[in-house]
Amino acid sequence: MEMLEFVVPALNVKAILPQAILSLTALTVLLVGVSSPHNKKTSSLGYLSLVGVVVALISTLMINGARESAYNGMVLMDGFSSFITLIVCIVTLLTILSSINYQRFFPRLNCGEYYCLLLFAAVGMSFMGSAGNLLMIFLALETMSISIYVLAGFKSDEAQSIESAMKYFLLGAFASGFLLFGFALVYGCTGTMDLVKISAFLTAHPEVIHSKMLMGGVALMTVGFGFKVAMFPFHMWTPDVYEGAPTSITGFMATGVKAAAFAALLRVFFVALGHLQADWTGIMWLLAFLTMTIGNVVALSQTNIKRMLAYSSIAHAGYLLVGFVAGSKLGQSGILFYLLSYAFTNLGAFGVIALLGRDGGEYTSLDDFAGLGFKYPLMGLAMAVFMFSMAGIPPASGFMGKFYLFSSAMKAGFIWLAIFGVINSVISLYYYLRVVVVMYFKEVERDVVMPKPSAAVVVGLVIAAIGVLQMGIFPSYFWDMARQSVQAMLM
Amino acid sequence: MVAYHNLYLALSVVLFTIGAIGAITRRNAIVVFMCIEIMLGAVNLAFITFGRANQSVDGIFMVMFVMAVAAAEAAVGLAIFILMYRKRGTINVESFNLMKW
Repeated sequence: MEMLEFVVPALNVKAILPQAILSLTALTVLLVGVSSPHNKKTSSLGYLSLVGVVVALISTLMINGARESAYNGMVLMDGFSSFITLIVCIVTLLTILSSINYQRFFPRLNCGEYYCLLLFAAVGMSFMGSAGNLLMIFLALETMSISIYVLAGFKSDEAQSIESAMKYFLLGAFASGFLLFGFALVYGCTGTMDLVKISAFLTAHPEVIHSKMLMGGVALMTVGFGFKVAMFPFHMWTPDVYEGAPTSITGFMATGVKAAAFAALLRVFFVALGHLQADWTGIMWLLAFLTMTIGNVVALSQTNIKRMLAYSSIAHAGYLLVGFVAGSKLGQSGILFYLLSYAFTNLGAFGVIALLGRDGGEYTSLDDFAGLGFKYPLMGLAMAVFMFSMAGIPPASGFMGKFYLFSSAMKAGFIWLAIFGVINSVISLYYYLRVVVVMYFKEVERDVVMPKPSAAVVVGLVIAAIGVLQMGIFPSYFWDMARQSVQAMLM
Repeated sequence: MVAYHNLYLALSVVLFTIGAIGAITRRNAIVVFMCIEIMLGAVNLAFITFGRANQSVDGIFMVMFVMAVAAAEAAVGLAIFILMYRKRGTINVESFNLMKW
């Protein structure tokens, strides 16, 4: 056995700057929350964490384009990780803006722990995008997941919220077990956990590529990641968890966790295991088809809007898998573009849902939206824009996102998958437009209490709506950015 | 030497299967969680075996992190179980049916 040489790695702060800023903000918020318990009435903690996220966002934009690997290849600093960090920062920003309004109905949420966990979850998410090692992916995934288990159960006086946390925890831990065993098998086959070195090993030893052990590892990893992105048949937890969790957190889970898990999925499958692409494409084709179809068909019959959006989020995972099946650079750029578009759209929609509430209660039934379109015209308009975007109607961003994903599938020769995707979009029109119809054309049965929204959530909804329209009408800026990010992915 | 590796791997796979089946079939949330811990134990055994087979320390590092994360997970999980027990008086996973299809 050779002597192990211990080298202290040079501290490359630049590679982890956004995450470091987010972590420091998280700790500061926690300390401020503990040391000043009297400011429960104000939203100072929310605004403090907002500042941290904005600084992290700016630092991400500033270091965008740098290409280096830091900490012995544990952290890869490239365009891809910058884009994911950008998505995560936007997701966290909109979530905090929505939480500042939401916590007026649920004062329990107004504490340092809430924002601290939110920010640490964001750190985990953005590290999942920049992880260059299976070990790092595991740690980032767990940092994210453990924070979100707690956040899902944050309304600890409500049975639904606790139930949601419990289901998410048990299934999440179960899925981590599968993911880890998959990592172990890949490590056993290749002798390394570094993504780039795994690829290099498989290039040098092509006989390993089709070994049963590596195949088993890939299958187990698919199960583990499948749970996180809510892929069929591992989607069963999604509706329960999304319905029970606090509304501000549901949007965060649907967008942030999906973005992070897809980032890790792309890195592992395309950077490390690119040699096996021909093997997984067939099964992924089937899973993409089933995921979008089942999500859309079950969503048709939902009457609770959070549950409906949970099934819609399963369907969107299916659309994203279409880009994954295409496997080309175009498909990967499409996934990044769609993730950003979905972040704006979904957080906007959940922001509107989180507006409807009063002390200790919230209105999430579809009937509660009756007549809101005329009563609160701007809110109705915003919700209509978000629903159009989810359904994929131009000029909203969802249309461009689907266009890029499906056209990448067409170009890669998966014509039928693209056709099924379009058919699914048509099915989904029914339940997205139903929300709009209810808002504008349904008789009001009972009066919904909607307090005057705070300035923060209005800013959040405006940002989301501008994002949706900007990405839909002038997609080239973000599309070029997504393309360059994928080009700049360290291989 | 290699033969022993295969034995350890077989043990790891058996343990993992026991844990996975238990996690699906058991009803008490704590027992389910214990089954998940068995799965993580199996993973650790696999990592150590592979680390030894490959003559690399990566596997052993991974085991350290898996144990640390499992401890953090246990802390959060048991807190959630306690909340659930206070609220509902049971932690039987089949009784969680507030939200239905």
